[in-house]
Amino acid sequence: MSEPRFSVGQRVQIADRTPPVHHRVPSYAKGHVGVVERVCGMHANPELCIRGDGKPFQRIYRVRIPQTDLWAPYEGTDGDKLEIEIFEHWLELAQ
Amino acid sequence: MTGHDDHDHGRTFQPDHPEPTSDAALVGLALRELLIEGGHYTAEEELAVIAEMQGASPENGGKIVARAWTDPEYKKRLLINGKDSIKELGFDLEPYEFTVMENTDQVHNVIVCTLCSCYPRALLGMSPAWYKSRNYRSRVVREPRAVLSEFGVDLSDDVDVRVHDSTAELRYMVLPQRPAGTDNWSEDDLAALITRDSLIGTQRDLSTK
Repeated sequence: MSEPRFSVGQRVQIADRTPPVHHRVPSYAKGHVGVVERVCGMHANPELCIRGDGKPFQRIYRVRIPQTDLWAPYEGTDGDKLEIEIFEHWLELAQ
Repeated sequence: MTGHDDHDHGRTFQPDHPEPTSDAALVGLALRELLIEGGHYTAEEELAVIAEMQGASPENGGKIVARAWTDPEYKKRLLINGKDSIKELGFDLEPYEFTVMENTDQVHNVIVCTLCSCYPRALLGMSPAWYKSRNYRSRVVREPRAVLSEFGVDLSDDVDVRVHDSTAELRYMVLPQRPAGTDNWSEDDLAALITRDSLIGTQRDLSTK
Protein backbone atom coordinates (compact mmCIF):
# COMPACT_ATOMS: atom_id res chain seq x y z
CA MET A 1 0.00 0.00 0.00
CA SER A 2 1.53 3.28 -1.03
CA GLU A 3 1.00 6.34 1.12
CA PRO A 4 -1.85 8.61 -0.01
CA ARG A 5 -0.61 11.49 -2.14
CA PHE A 6 -3.45 13.76 -1.01
CA SER A 7 -5.09 14.39 2.33
CA VAL A 8 -8.53 15.42 3.51
CA GLY A 9 -9.22 19.10 2.86
CA GLN A 10 -6.70 19.56 0.05
CA ARG A 11 -7.89 21.20 -3.16
CA VAL A 12 -7.43 18.91 -6.13
CA GLN A 13 -8.11 19.19 -9.84
CA ILE A 14 -9.53 16.30 -11.85
CA ALA A 15 -7.67 15.70 -15.12
CA ASP A 16 -9.45 16.65 -18.34
CA ARG A 17 -8.59 13.78 -20.63
CA THR A 18 -10.36 10.95 -22.40
CA PRO A 19 -8.27 7.79 -22.72
CA PRO A 20 -9.57 5.38 -25.39
CA VAL A 21 -10.40 2.76 -22.77
CA HIS A 22 -13.04 2.21 -20.12
CA HIS A 23 -12.51 4.77 -17.38
CA ARG A 24 -14.59 5.85 -14.42
CA VAL A 25 -14.52 9.65 -14.63
CA PRO A 26 -17.71 11.14 -16.05
CA SER A 27 -17.26 14.00 -18.54
CA TYR A 28 -19.11 16.49 -16.38
CA ALA A 29 -16.44 16.28 -13.65
CA LYS A 30 -13.34 16.45 -15.87
CA GLY A 31 -11.20 19.53 -15.31
CA HIS A 32 -13.06 20.58 -12.17
CA VAL A 33 -11.55 21.47 -8.82
CA GLY A 34 -12.82 20.06 -5.55
CA VAL A 35 -11.77 19.29 -1.99
CA VAL A 36 -10.74 15.84 -0.77
CA GLU A 37 -13.63 14.71 1.45
CA ARG A 38 -12.23 11.28 2.31
CA VAL A 39 -9.22 9.12 1.52
CA CYS A 40 -10.35 5.63 0.53
CA GLY A 41 -8.60 2.33 -0.24
CA MET A 42 -6.56 0.96 -3.13
CA HIS A 43 -8.48 -0.61 -6.00
CA ALA A 44 -7.94 -2.07 -9.46
CA ASN A 45 -7.35 0.56 -12.11
CA PRO A 46 -10.30 0.17 -14.50
CA GLU A 47 -8.23 1.46 -17.42
CA LEU A 48 -5.93 -1.57 -17.07
CA CYS A 49 -8.55 -4.21 -16.34
CA ILE A 50 -9.17 -5.03 -19.99
CA ARG A 51 -5.60 -6.32 -20.27
CA GLY A 52 -5.27 -7.97 -16.90
CA ASP A 53 -5.92 -7.47 -13.25
CA GLY A 54 -5.86 -3.68 -13.03
CA LYS A 55 -2.49 -3.57 -11.26
CA PRO A 56 -0.88 -1.50 -9.94
CA PHE A 57 -3.91 -0.66 -7.82
CA GLN A 58 -4.69 3.02 -7.40
CA ARG A 59 -5.98 4.87 -4.38
CA ILE A 60 -9.49 6.32 -4.53
CA TYR A 61 -10.44 9.71 -3.09
CA ARG A 62 -13.87 11.18 -2.56
CA VAL A 63 -13.83 14.68 -4.01
CA ARG A 64 -16.42 17.31 -3.09
CA ILE A 65 -17.27 19.89 -5.77
CA PRO A 66 -19.70 22.83 -5.42
CA GLN A 67 -22.68 22.28 -7.70
CA THR A 68 -22.51 25.93 -8.74
CA ASP A 69 -19.02 25.26 -10.19
CA LEU A 70 -20.21 22.25 -12.19
CA TRP A 71 -23.33 23.68 -13.75
CA ALA A 72 -24.43 27.05 -15.05
CA PRO A 73 -27.07 28.04 -14.50
CA TYR A 74 -27.68 25.89 -11.42
CA GLU A 75 -31.03 25.84 -9.62
CA GLY A 76 -30.00 25.49 -5.99
CA THR A 77 -27.83 26.99 -3.30
CA ASP A 78 -24.11 27.64 -2.85
CA GLY A 79 -24.14 24.90 -0.21
CA ASP A 80 -25.18 22.17 -2.67
CA LYS A 81 -22.33 19.78 -3.40
CA LEU A 82 -21.51 16.85 -5.60
CA GLU A 83 -19.27 14.12 -4.20
CA ILE A 84 -17.51 11.72 -6.52
CA GLU A 85 -14.92 8.93 -6.38
CA ILE A 86 -11.74 9.66 -8.32
CA PHE A 87 -8.62 7.49 -8.71
CA GLU A 88 -5.34 9.08 -7.62
CA HIS A 89 -3.77 9.16 -11.10
CA TRP A 90 -6.58 11.48 -12.22
CA LEU A 91 -5.80 14.10 -9.55
CA GLU A 92 -3.28 16.93 -9.16
CA LEU A 93 -3.03 19.55 -6.46
CA ALA A 94 -5.08 22.55 -7.59
CA GLN A 95 -3.23 25.76 -8.33
CA MET B 1 -25.38 -32.33 -10.74
CA THR B 2 -23.46 -34.59 -13.14
CA GLY B 3 -23.81 -35.54 -16.79
CA HIS B 4 -23.83 -32.26 -18.65
CA ASP B 5 -24.52 -33.88 -22.03
CA ASP B 6 -28.24 -34.06 -21.53
CA HIS B 7 -29.11 -30.40 -21.16
CA ASP B 8 -28.23 -26.95 -22.35
CA HIS B 9 -26.59 -24.48 -19.96
CA GLY B 10 -28.44 -21.70 -21.72
CA ARG B 11 -31.69 -23.24 -20.53
CA THR B 12 -30.66 -24.09 -16.98
CA PHE B 13 -29.60 -20.49 -16.46
CA GLN B 14 -32.73 -18.68 -15.29
CA PRO B 15 -35.08 -20.84 -17.38
CA ASP B 16 -37.74 -18.15 -17.68
CA HIS B 17 -35.42 -15.85 -19.59
CA PRO B 18 -36.13 -15.39 -23.30
CA GLU B 19 -33.56 -16.61 -25.82
CA PRO B 20 -30.88 -13.94 -26.25
CA THR B 21 -31.06 -12.03 -29.52
CA SER B 22 -28.60 -9.14 -29.20
CA ASP B 23 -24.90 -9.66 -29.92
CA ALA B 24 -23.99 -8.53 -26.41
CA ALA B 25 -26.35 -11.03 -24.80
CA LEU B 26 -24.99 -13.86 -26.97
CA VAL B 27 -21.40 -12.94 -26.08
CA GLY B 28 -22.36 -12.93 -22.41
CA LEU B 29 -23.97 -16.34 -22.71
CA ALA B 30 -20.95 -17.76 -24.58
CA LEU B 31 -18.54 -16.35 -21.99
CA ARG B 32 -20.57 -17.84 -19.17
CA GLU B 33 -20.63 -21.27 -20.83
CA LEU B 34 -16.87 -21.17 -21.35
CA LEU B 35 -16.28 -20.25 -17.70
CA ILE B 36 -18.49 -23.10 -16.55
CA GLU B 37 -17.00 -25.62 -18.99
CA GLY B 38 -13.52 -24.49 -17.97
CA GLY B 39 -14.33 -25.33 -14.37
CA HIS B 40 -13.97 -21.78 -13.04
CA TYR B 41 -17.32 -22.11 -11.34
CA THR B 42 -20.43 -24.26 -11.66
CA ALA B 43 -23.89 -23.41 -12.93
CA GLU B 44 -25.18 -24.21 -9.43
CA GLU B 45 -22.82 -21.69 -7.86
CA GLU B 46 -23.96 -19.06 -10.33
CA LEU B 47 -27.62 -19.72 -9.57
CA ALA B 48 -26.86 -19.51 -5.84
CA VAL B 49 -25.30 -16.06 -6.26
CA ILE B 50 -28.29 -14.88 -8.29
CA ALA B 51 -30.67 -16.25 -5.66
CA GLU B 52 -28.72 -14.49 -2.91
CA MET B 53 -28.88 -11.17 -4.78
CA GLN B 54 -32.57 -11.56 -5.44
CA GLY B 55 -33.18 -12.53 -1.82
CA ALA B 56 -31.72 -9.29 -0.46
CA SER B 57 -34.14 -6.48 0.28
CA PRO B 58 -34.18 -2.99 1.80
CA GLU B 59 -34.97 -4.69 5.12
CA ASN B 60 -31.23 -5.33 5.36
CA GLY B 61 -30.47 -1.64 5.10
CA GLY B 62 -33.30 -0.94 7.52
CA LYS B 63 -31.67 -3.13 10.18
CA ILE B 64 -28.44 -1.15 9.86
CA VAL B 65 -30.29 2.17 10.18
CA ALA B 66 -32.28 1.01 13.21
CA ARG B 67 -29.07 -0.09 14.94
CA ALA B 68 -27.46 3.28 14.19
CA TRP B 69 -30.51 5.11 15.59
CA THR B 70 -30.49 3.13 18.84
CA ASP B 71 -26.74 2.75 19.43
CA PRO B 72 -24.77 6.01 19.15
CA GLU B 73 -21.42 4.21 19.34
CA TYR B 74 -22.44 1.94 16.46
CA LYS B 75 -23.53 4.96 14.45
CA LYS B 76 -20.10 6.57 14.91
CA ARG B 77 -18.35 3.42 13.69
CA LEU B 78 -20.78 3.08 10.78
CA LEU B 79 -20.23 6.61 9.51
CA ILE B 80 -16.43 6.27 9.71
CA ASN B 81 -16.09 2.72 8.39
CA GLY B 82 -19.24 1.30 6.84
CA LYS B 83 -17.55 -1.74 5.32
CA ASP B 84 -16.44 -3.22 8.63
CA SER B 85 -19.37 -1.98 10.72
CA ILE B 86 -22.01 -3.83 8.71
CA LYS B 87 -20.13 -7.09 9.33
CA GLU B 88 -21.15 -6.74 13.00
CA LEU B 89 -24.74 -7.24 11.77
CA GLY B 90 -23.85 -10.11 9.45
CA PHE B 91 -23.69 -8.14 6.18
CA ASP B 92 -20.78 -8.04 3.78
CA LEU B 93 -20.21 -5.89 0.70
CA GLU B 94 -16.62 -6.96 -0.03
CA PRO B 95 -14.76 -6.13 -2.20
CA TYR B 96 -16.59 -2.80 -2.24
CA GLU B 97 -16.14 -0.05 0.28
CA PHE B 98 -19.35 1.05 1.94
CA THR B 99 -20.13 4.59 2.89
CA VAL B 100 -23.12 5.76 4.87
CA MET B 101 -24.18 9.39 4.48
CA GLU B 102 -26.19 10.91 7.32
CA ASN B 103 -29.13 13.21 6.71
CA THR B 104 -29.43 16.10 9.17
CA ASP B 105 -31.61 19.17 9.49
CA GLN B 106 -29.05 20.97 7.29
CA VAL B 107 -28.07 18.24 4.80
CA HIS B 108 -29.95 15.93 2.47
CA ASN B 109 -28.06 13.14 0.69
CA VAL B 110 -29.02 11.36 -2.51
CA ILE B 111 -27.25 8.51 -4.33
CA VAL B 112 -26.74 7.94 -8.04
CA CYS B 113 -24.40 6.12 -10.40
CA THR B 114 -24.15 8.28 -13.50
CA LEU B 115 -21.85 5.88 -15.38
CA CYS B 116 -23.95 2.73 -15.03
CA SER B 117 -26.15 1.71 -12.10
CA CYS B 118 -23.92 0.72 -9.16
CA TYR B 119 -26.08 -0.08 -6.15
CA PRO B 120 -25.52 -1.92 -2.83
CA ARG B 121 -27.69 -4.87 -3.83
CA ALA B 122 -26.72 -7.02 -0.85
CA LEU B 123 -28.19 -4.36 1.44
CA LEU B 124 -31.03 -2.87 -0.63
CA GLY B 125 -32.01 -5.70 -2.97
CA MET B 126 -32.44 -5.16 -6.70
CA SER B 127 -32.44 -1.52 -7.74
CA PRO B 128 -35.66 0.08 -8.98
CA ALA B 129 -36.00 0.63 -12.73
CA TRP B 130 -35.89 4.41 -12.39
CA TYR B 131 -32.52 4.23 -10.61
CA LYS B 132 -31.08 2.72 -13.79
CA SER B 133 -32.86 5.13 -16.15
CA ARG B 134 -30.96 7.71 -18.13
CA ASN B 135 -33.45 10.30 -16.95
CA TYR B 136 -32.62 9.84 -13.25
CA ARG B 137 -28.89 9.30 -13.76
CA SER B 138 -28.37 12.39 -15.87
CA ARG B 139 -30.77 14.75 -14.12
CA VAL B 140 -30.16 14.08 -10.43
CA VAL B 141 -26.61 15.44 -10.73
CA ARG B 142 -27.64 18.38 -12.90
CA GLU B 143 -30.83 19.44 -11.12
CA PRO B 144 -31.15 17.41 -7.89
CA ARG B 145 -33.74 19.69 -6.31
CA ALA B 146 -36.07 19.36 -9.29
CA VAL B 147 -35.71 15.59 -9.36
CA LEU B 148 -36.22 15.30 -5.59
CA SER B 149 -39.30 17.45 -5.90
CA GLU B 150 -40.72 14.97 -8.42
CA PHE B 151 -40.26 12.30 -5.73
CA GLY B 152 -42.16 14.52 -3.29
CA VAL B 153 -39.10 15.87 -1.47
CA ASP B 154 -39.29 19.66 -1.44
CA LEU B 155 -36.18 21.08 0.18
CA SER B 156 -35.95 24.62 1.49
CA ASP B 157 -32.86 26.69 0.76
CA ASP B 158 -31.50 26.15 4.26
CA VAL B 159 -31.01 22.46 3.50
CA ASP B 160 -27.93 21.63 1.42
CA VAL B 161 -28.13 18.85 -1.15
CA ARG B 162 -25.28 16.39 -1.45
CA VAL B 163 -25.35 14.20 -4.53
CA HIS B 164 -23.09 11.15 -4.30
CA ASP B 165 -21.99 9.79 -7.66
CA SER B 166 -21.02 6.15 -7.22
CA THR B 167 -18.35 6.15 -9.94
CA ALA B 168 -15.89 3.50 -8.75
CA GLU B 169 -15.50 1.02 -5.90
CA LEU B 170 -17.67 2.57 -3.20
CA ARG B 171 -21.28 1.79 -2.51
CA TYR B 172 -23.57 4.11 -0.59
CA MET B 173 -26.56 4.24 1.64
CA VAL B 174 -28.31 7.22 3.18
CA LEU B 175 -28.91 7.26 6.93
CA PRO B 176 -32.34 8.91 7.13
CA GLN B 177 -33.40 10.99 10.12
CA ARG B 178 -35.22 9.21 12.93
CA PRO B 179 -38.85 10.35 13.01
CA ALA B 180 -40.05 12.31 16.02
CA GLY B 181 -42.13 10.43 18.58
CA THR B 182 -40.23 7.14 18.29
CA ASP B 183 -38.10 7.47 21.43
CA ASN B 184 -39.42 4.32 23.06
CA TRP B 185 -39.65 2.19 19.93
CA SER B 186 -37.84 -1.12 19.69
CA GLU B 187 -35.11 -1.65 17.13
CA ASP B 188 -37.35 -4.01 15.15
CA ASP B 189 -40.22 -1.54 15.06
CA LEU B 190 -37.86 1.21 13.94
CA ALA B 191 -36.41 -1.00 11.20
CA ALA B 192 -39.90 -1.57 9.84
CA LEU B 193 -40.29 2.18 9.20
CA ILE B 194 -37.44 2.35 6.74
CA THR B 195 -38.15 2.39 3.04
CA ARG B 196 -35.95 1.67 0.05
CA ASP B 197 -36.26 5.22 -1.25
CA SER B 198 -35.20 6.71 2.09
CA LEU B 199 -31.98 4.68 1.82
CA ILE B 200 -31.35 6.03 -1.71
CA GLY B 201 -32.30 9.56 -0.68
CA THR B 202 -35.33 10.07 -2.90
CA GLN B 203 -37.47 10.15 0.26
CA ARG B 204 -36.60 12.36 3.25
CA ASP B 205 -39.30 12.01 5.89
CA LEU B 206 -40.31 8.60 7.22
CA SER B 207 -43.86 8.04 8.29
CA THR B 208 -44.75 6.44 11.62
CA LYS B 209 -48.36 5.84 10.58
